[in-house]
Amino acid sequence: MSDPGYTKSEIMIAASARLLAGVRNCFVGVGLPNIVCNLAQRTVAPDLQLVYESGVFGARPERLPLSIGDPTLVSGSTAVTSMFELFAYYLQAGLIDVAFLGGAQIDRYGNLNTTVIGDYAKPKVRLPGSGGACEIAIHARKVLVIMRQAQRSFVERLHFRTSPGHSGDPEHDRARGWWGSGPTNVVTDLGTYGFDEETGEMTLLTLHPGVTLEQVRENMGWEPKVAPDLGETPPPTPEELRLIREELDPEGVYTS
Amino acid sequence: MGSKVTTMRDAIAELVRDGDTVAIEGFTHLICFAAGHEIIRQRKRDLTLARMTPDVIYDQMIGAGVARKLIFSWLGNPGVGSLHAVRRRIEQQDPEPLEIEEYSHFGMVCRYVAGAANLPFFPIRSYYESDIPKVNPNIRWMRSPYEDGTEVAVVPPLRPDVTIVACQRATPEGDAQIWGLLGCQKEAAFAADRVIVVCEELVDESVIRRDPNRTVIPSIIVDAVVEQPFSCHPSFAQGYYDRDNAFYLKWDEISRDPEALDAWLKEWVYDLESHADYIEKMGPAHWESLKPEPATSGEVNYGRYA
Repeated sequence: MSDPGYTKSEIMIAASARLLAGVRNCFVGVGLPNIVCNLAQRTVAPDLQLVYESGVFGARPERLPLSIGDPTLVSGSTAVTSMFELFAYYLQAGLIDVAFLGGAQIDRYGNLNTTVIGDYAKPKVRLPGSGGACEIAIHARKVLVIMRQAQRSFVERLHFRTSPGHSGDPEHDRARGWWGSGPTNVVTDLGTYGFDEETGEMTLLTLHPGVTLEQVRENMGWEPKVAPDLGETPPPTPEELRLIREELDPEGVYTS
Repeated sequence: MGSKVTTMRDAIAELVRDGDTVAIEGFTHLICFAAGHEIIRQRKRDLTLARMTPDVIYDQMIGAGVARKLIFSWLGNPGVGSLHAVRRRIEQQDPEPLEIEEYSHFGMVCRYVAGAANLPFFPIRSYYESDIPKVNPNIRWMRSPYEDGTEVAVVPPLRPDVTIVACQRATPEGDAQIWGLLGCQKEAAFAADRVIVVCEELVDESVIRRDPNRTVIPSIIVDAVVEQPFSCHPSFAQGYYDRDNAFYLKWDEISRDPEALDAWLKEWVYDLESHADYIEKMGPAHWESLKPEPATSGEVNYGRYA
């Protein structure tokens, strides 16, 4: 394939940022989600407030944060809260419109595993665990997932369900009584997905330019549901690429 | 009230005992590495270590063999990757098993809140349809006794024997002020039986009294005060020094190899007398490189009501 003029990370960032159009309060993670949110703030979501689980509301980072607790998130922010306030008054009370999550494994209903690969008591790989992900999945009004696609990460059965997604039973989901509606979109290095309103199943909406349906199938553990009007992801615009390369990640830490 | 100022060596020797539950909190910010190193140096044993985010400091302490159990909600080297010494103990029981008890962040925070507020448990809306309660029987379920009967998860109080709090400034009595990320330092301190405050600088009581809203820990719950600049390196103290990210990256390599980890502990902990030696060994240019440009807050007017 010829060089499309952008990296896989860059199209993931651009496609994710467009999903934030008009969003107000967004729970940010470090790495790609951080660049996504900062790009959205400069393009489709000028009123976006960046919220970090470390207790920062309305961050205006002057450099690319190295972790969700970087001091650059504090200086110039709207508010710094205790972690209790952040989780109780902001998240649990329903003020967070969108949150980003990822994981080592995701299933077709958007359930996520960030705890173990293998058996919990004797894990093959011990992963970080929940952090705030479990309650974020429950209380953020929408959850966006950014993950690279592979057989080992898009799995038929999770080894551990850290954070709940859809249940597969829409009646049950409607009766849950949580703020969150579960994951609404997944952006991978191959395409973008939504979730079927009736079944809660992940559904392929667009393929990135040059990617085939066969490649998507080869990189997931179940036969994917495909939207009848399967489209192509619009590539990053020159302005999006300029912002990513010159302002948001000039050293290419997350985007090269 | 009298001064509680002491040395790190004496504070740890007197207040941290084998078998204790110890919390060194601070969410990426104000993590008291100097206290962790002193605990390693004094070869404390059988500790239960509690912390929302076991960071590099707990990897060092667990790698050094001070702990038998870990209570946590996120296990990793933030922004970098894994804690390899902790993983070796969990995945391969190498060199011995490590008992774990895990929560989500909100669950851990509320365990401290329950401990601080003298409550038997704390209700939260979390863990629904998650496997976490299946592997942690301390997370239980109850229905609201009020009309709506909402089902909530409950977590038990966490009452550390000792909580160690790093802060920017404190009085000799232990009134401590923090700005920047607050984590759950306050909750962990109020929940604890004994509290050690480690400050970047000791200040006169008048400094604290000029800005009382910034006081996070009151001296009434503090047992010892240690003045120790750069006590949080390689984590950071807002306004004083930046996170030393190069060290976090380097630790990833060191802790992958048990021999390299032992050699690091020997060079940077066991062979040094105190954190003052550590500061000197790093060299002044290193500390200068971590210093941020100033960005001071405007002053607020509390008013004088004589």
